[in-house]
Amino acid sequence: MVYAALFYLIAGLTVGCALGVALSRNVVYSAFALMGTLLGTAGMYAFLAADFLAVVQILVYVGGILVLTLFAIMLTHQIADVEVSNRSVGRLPAMLIVGVVGVGMFTAMFRAPWKMVEPGEPLPTTYGIGESFLGPYLLPFELASIVLLTALVGAIVLSRKEIRD
Amino acid sequence: MLDIGLHHFLTVSVLVFIAGLFTVLTRRNAIGVLMGVELILNSANINYIAFSRFGGSGYDGQIFTIFAIMLAAAEAAIGLAIVLGIYRKFETIDVEATDTLRG
Repeated sequence: MVYAALFYLIAGLTVGCALGVALSRNVVYSAFALMGTLLGTAGMYAFLAADFLAVVQILVYVGGILVLTLFAIMLTHQIADVEVSNRSVGRLPAMLIVGVVGVGMFTAMFRAPWKMVEPGEPLPTTYGIGESFLGPYLLPFELASIVLLTALVGAIVLSRKEIRD
Repeated sequence: MLDIGLHHFLTVSVLVFIAGLFTVLTRRNAIGVLMGVELILNSANINYIAFSRFGGSGYDGQIFTIFAIMLAAAEAAIGLAIVLGIYRKFETIDVEATDTLRG
């Protein structure tokens, strides 16, 4: 009972904040609503017995990506973003597209015969994830390191003028 | 504990995806578009973990999610560096204003 109530609370936070990101006029408010969605997603991971991923989500998304986004907003923008006219796609066509996609996804979701297994007891996942990373997923793991290093160097080159000239 | 099933998580994921798609479609601010992309990636990650928990496939879904989070971090770093570069060049990050390459 408490479990279900907690789930609906966190699911409501996730979806409500996602709608806040979509509908807010001010991009700073959008960024703070995004924080709610990211934290709610971490809660969803916890409900799905993915303890390690819940912590990774908070560390990387809330602690890294969101702070980076806020920095970029503060560095570029004349903070209030109130112009309403001339959106890239108007709100009504966008609602239409989103409605069609949403109805399609919900129909598919409730019709599909998902293969379902009764989930076991939630166990610590860190050991299994570590074993997989240094076992069958070793090559993608190393490739991920290279991608991150390249992205880091690329970001520095892109954003520093004195290196480019 | 049993009344919360796969469909509950998939519903949350679809709603987050819809919000993300709407953000990407309606924003003219490049950073706003990037935030919509983050929402879409998050909804995909919820799906990965939900299927890995209810489909009985071990850790595969969680490992894919870790890779997705890693790529999202790289994407955010590069994307925001590009946005800053565009801002220096055009004094705006409106995605409609940057049309130098339009034929």
